[in-house]
Amino acid sequence: MADIQTRMGDGYSVSMTREEVREDLVAGSADAARRGKIPVLQPDEFDYLFEMFASPTRIWGVERGHEAVLTKDGSTNSLYSAQLSSGVGLPLSREQAFRTFERAFGFDSMEIGHTDYSVKPAKPIVVLEQNHVEAVLHTTIIPVFYGFMPNLGLYYRPDGPFPNPSDLLPKGQIAEARAATEEALEACYADLVWMTGKMDEVGADGINYDTTASTGDGEFYATLRAVEWAAKNTNLAVEVGMAAECVLGFHGQLEYNGKRLAGMWPHQQMKVVEEAGAHIFGPVVNTNSRRSTPWNLARAITFVKACTAEAKIPIHPNVGMGVGGVPMFETPPIDVVTRCSAAMVEIGKADGL
Amino acid sequence: MQLTKKMRLDEAKQYVAGKLGVSVMDLCDSTVMRRLREELDIGVITAVAGAAKGLEAKARIADLLDVRINCVERLKNKMGL
Repeated sequence: MADIQTRMGDGYSVSMTREEVREDLVAGSADAARRGKIPVLQPDEFDYLFEMFASPTRIWGVERGHEAVLTKDGSTNSLYSAQLSSGVGLPLSREQAFRTFERAFGFDSMEIGHTDYSVKPAKPIVVLEQNHVEAVLHTTIIPVFYGFMPNLGLYYRPDGPFPNPSDLLPKGQIAEARAATEEALEACYADLVWMTGKMDEVGADGINYDTTASTGDGEFYATLRAVEWAAKNTNLAVEVGMAAECVLGFHGQLEYNGKRLAGMWPHQQMKVVEEAGAHIFGPVVNTNSRRSTPWNLARAITFVKACTAEAKIPIHPNVGMGVGGVPMFETPPIDVVTRCSAAMVEIGKADGL
Repeated sequence: MQLTKKMRLDEAKQYVAGKLGVSVMDLCDSTVMRRLREELDIGVITAVAGAAKGLEAKARIADLLDVRINCVERLKNKMGL
């Protein structure tokens, strides 16, 4: 029988035998199950994934009736920004880009966000950000989010005022590193709350805390507290999108509701995000560029399925460059992007992407 | 419905289909929905003169689905409604 053409995790084409594809699907799922202590995929789910990868069609989709919705991170940077945001450099304003996403691309929701997409640089220009949110609220129908990354790293020296744990930890100054994290996360939390309140003031539909926990458990803790505040004090829908599949323990001892944040996998992250009061959780599973897409996707779906099985809130897994099974490449090939997206809905039971 | 009531996908589709008087399969059918959206005046993808746009359409959606939408409430506050 003919070999199967698929991709590696770096986006390059690879020819695999049918047995190799099946083995990689099983191995990928087993890797997630071992790390997360979660169930592997079922035999019929492996069959679906195998049939999908074995099909010679370039494009794959969900069954009719199984369509899901999209939430977008990174705001309109994709159109008007440069390569640094995977942008295509179009000379569009944010309002023009937003309406293009709604009308021409058929997006279900969209974000306004600062070109420098972190909360710290957005804070000084909040009035400009509010004005842009107000402009699109008047002219569009889809939900308008304001998005930013908590990005605790910007609060550490040299970018911020607090000592940097990355400098302290290699010197063995663990207590000092923890103290620095605890101080910095309070400043980050204050900024998250302040910006969130400002967007609620102007009537935004939602707030997206993107790449949460990129700087580890301190950032995750600050964000969870901000979610609590937003859920209690605003009318915004709160979305939390993660940065990576496992929360790094730069501090190591921070807990939320008695649960240690360091080392949490997606199904565990989901529980605390839900407890904090979020409306949507976006798990991330990182792509291994040295493994095949079948391996990466089976692994990603195993993690996501452990979230959707227990979730009381909608789950929108991140499916894009380097996450959710998709290859880590600037322009991920659509033969596997469509497969990963559809499989996340059909097998992963995602409520959206 | 995911954003306002934290509904999972299937529940959200059932809710919206019920409010619009269509089946879930029709809800996912772009041909059916294009016509329905114009009839209900809740915004269509092509630029139709006179059709509800932007906040107008959003306000009609809020009424139709019986949900609270932040920017619609802001408009009502501004108008003293």
